[in-house]
Amino acid sequence: MTGAKPAPAQFLARADLQRLLEALRARGYRVMGPVPRDGAVVFDEVRSVDELPRGLREAQEPGRYRLEPNGRDTVFDVVNGPGSLKPYVFAPREKLLQVEPEGRSFRAQELHPDAPKLAVIGVRACDLAALSVQDRIFLEGRYPDSYYAARRRQLFLVAVNCTRSASTCFCVSMATGPEATQGFDLALTEQEWGFLVRAGSALGREVQQALPLTPAPEAALARERTSLETCAATMQRKLETADLPEVLYRNLEHPRWHDVGSRCLSCGNCTMVCPTCFCHDEKDEPLLGEPDEAGVRSVRVREWDSCFNREHAQVYGLNYRPKIEDRYRQWLVHKLASWIDQFGTSGCVGCGRCITWCPVGIDLTEEMRALREPGA
Amino acid sequence: MTVRSPLLPEPAEIVEKRSYGPSIHAYRLRLLAADARPRFDFVPGQFNMVYVPGVGEVAISISSDPEEEMLEHTIRIVGRTTRVIDGLGPGDVLGLRGPYGTGWPLQEARWKDVVVVTGGLGCAPVTGAIDYMFRRRANYGRLTIVHGVKKPSDLIHRERFEYWRRQEDARVLLTTDEPDRAWRDRSGVVTELFDEIEFDPSRTVLLMCGPEIMMHYAIQNLRGRGLASDRIFLSIERNMKCAVGLCGHCQLGPEFVCKDGPIFRLTRVERLLFTRGL
Ligand SMILES: Cc1cc2nc3c(=O)[nH]c(=O)nc-3n(C[C@H](O)[C@H](O)[C@H](O)COP(=O)(O)OP(=O)(O)OC[C@H]3O[C@@H](n4cnc5c(N)ncnc54)[C@H](O)[C@@H]3O)c2cc1C
Ligand code: SF4
Ligand code: SF4
Ligand code: FES
Repeated sequence: MTGAKPAPAQFLARADLQRLLEALRARGYRVMGPVPRDGAVVFDEVRSVDELPRGLREAQEPGRYRLEPNGRDTVFDVVNGPGSLKPYVFAPREKLLQVEPEGRSFRAQELHPDAPKLAVIGVRACDLAALSVQDRIFLEGRYPDSYYAARRRQLFLVAVNCTRSASTCFCVSMATGPEATQGFDLALTEQEWGFLVRAGSALGREVQQALPLTPAPEAALARERTSLETCAATMQRKLETADLPEVLYRNLEHPRWHDVGSRCLSCGNCTMVCPTCFCHDEKDEPLLGEPDEAGVRSVRVREWDSCFNREHAQVYGLNYRPKIEDRYRQWLVHKLASWIDQFGTSGCVGCGRCITWCPVGIDLTEEMRALREPGA
Repeated sequence: MTVRSPLLPEPAEIVEKRSYGPSIHAYRLRLLAADARPRFDFVPGQFNMVYVPGVGEVAISISSDPEEEMLEHTIRIVGRTTRVIDGLGPGDVLGLRGPYGTGWPLQEARWKDVVVVTGGLGCAPVTGAIDYMFRRRANYGRLTIVHGVKKPSDLIHRERFEYWRRQEDARVLLTTDEPDRAWRDRSGVVTELFDEIEFDPSRTVLLMCGPEIMMHYAIQNLRGRGLASDRIFLSIERNMKCAVGLCGHCQLGPEFVCKDGPIFRLTRVERLLFTRGL
């Protein structure tokens, strides 16, 4: 899925976008795309391009998200919602093992996830960057995760380059966007009359061949450059990264932690919407159905967890992070500093989700600015 | 590319159970699969995830000698999963996966003097290492063991300390905060004993395990007397769910205690360890 250099762009007329969905379905993919649901655009199954958020864009601010008409005939103008690729590879709840008694012993069997071929359209550059961060964690360590691997190899990714950003985006600072440069099978740029299409993998080229494409006009390519450059240049939020991770390690006792700790609700929303957070809990659950004569069968499951949960650092008789400010510090220091030591990459791709979906509007870029100021 | 789940436990039968007081038991376990033992080749200080089918999994150090066939786990009964283990005995089967993490620097410590400082009940990770050194006595110089407990009844393995005390070129210092009539050793907190430890900084290695506050004082004292940070090793405890660096629970700054630890050279964790709430 990676490696191959994107081929020269071709042009797909707006009226032919449905053909892309069909080409993917013909290859056995279940197709997911951005769809408006309960006031937000999330990924869900799409059968027709009519389900895409036509003529809509969103306004995002700390603690706020609102869909509004953009007065144009677009389908990909809503940049990112609360949903990312994460649940498709790192499932919110995964059955890991099935365990049954066998006399006084037991038998444990790996449960292979039922992972259908999945195509996701409308993936943003920051989402691709986040996926590659998760790949490092789940696939490239000493103990590759079989469950993630099974889901990951079924993905077909159709990226959409961002020609506008939300006020909460800071992908330019994190060097992850707004243009998708790798990790996709196909990448689209939406324009007035249609889409510029590039393939990023052999599979992408194969699907491309099933589409009624024409060579991209020079003017369209030039306009694409301008729109991507404008998007990057006008991005409002910024995060200084040159002195990371050191600046955080130097400021572990900064008074700002107490300040933000008094505002943070420790709800964990930021970690749930974050496309890179990987924390999870593991536990045994009885398998429903009648116990056979040997005894009760059970499954071992894992579920998303969050360092904002009180029990995250709890051991018998002691909680290593008893205060909310301890937990906020863990989150921010992990995202922007220790992640780099652990995985050679930042844990933040600049998608801004944690800012938008924080019920009290805490903004990590703002917190970082304050942490750089000498403490009172 | 098919990847096998790293989370599959290996059945192991309890062959023997020895109790040290009401809530600490040592379980000797034999892996049921004939070919499994080589995969569990370990260094003292490493741990296994011990699985109770249908209940849960807990991180437990391996307390036996690496050259014995059977694996031993000394388990303190504290919560949900260990309470179920409490009720198990010979013939029952547990699951094991591992070994995980780093071990004590028993190679690096050869031909050197070794000081071991432990406190509280949580010294299981280090007793296996002490036995290891006494069994290979010629490889190590002077051995000094300093152990502090809150109350005398917390001193499990007393006969083991007495045995070590009788060995040549070994010194065992025991202390309790709340001595009773029968107590013949020192009283006071373990930190008060540090001044009594004699050591030559140029050929000493320090192994530590116990409450972080105790380790903090021990480090201050012994480093003040010339012991270099890179000769100090400590065992760190954090919540563990996966032991394979994926669940995120055991983080201490950039370290995953399950795979980068639990035994750390002080130089690696120095600036993080004693920051409150990390
Ligand atoms: C590297 C390492 C080595 C250990 N070696 C030993 C040993 O040799 N002997 C021994 O008796 N204990 C040891 N422990 C502590 C042991 O793991 C806990 O006592 C045990 O997990 C408590 O489980 P529980 O379900 O009975 O308790 P509960 O309080 O019900 O805990 C619930 C869950 O929280 C987690 N948890 C709670 N306490 C701890 C803890 N201290 N460390 C890690 N996870 C925890 C576990 O996932 C546990 O299942 C070790 C811990 C670590 C990290
Ligand atoms: S520790 Fe917190 S910030 Fe880090 S991955 Fe886990 S939930 Fe996310
Ligand atoms: S920390 Fe926030 S901005 Fe960064 S990747 Fe996670 S959700 Fe996006
Ligand atoms: S115990 Fe899961 S990451 Fe260390």
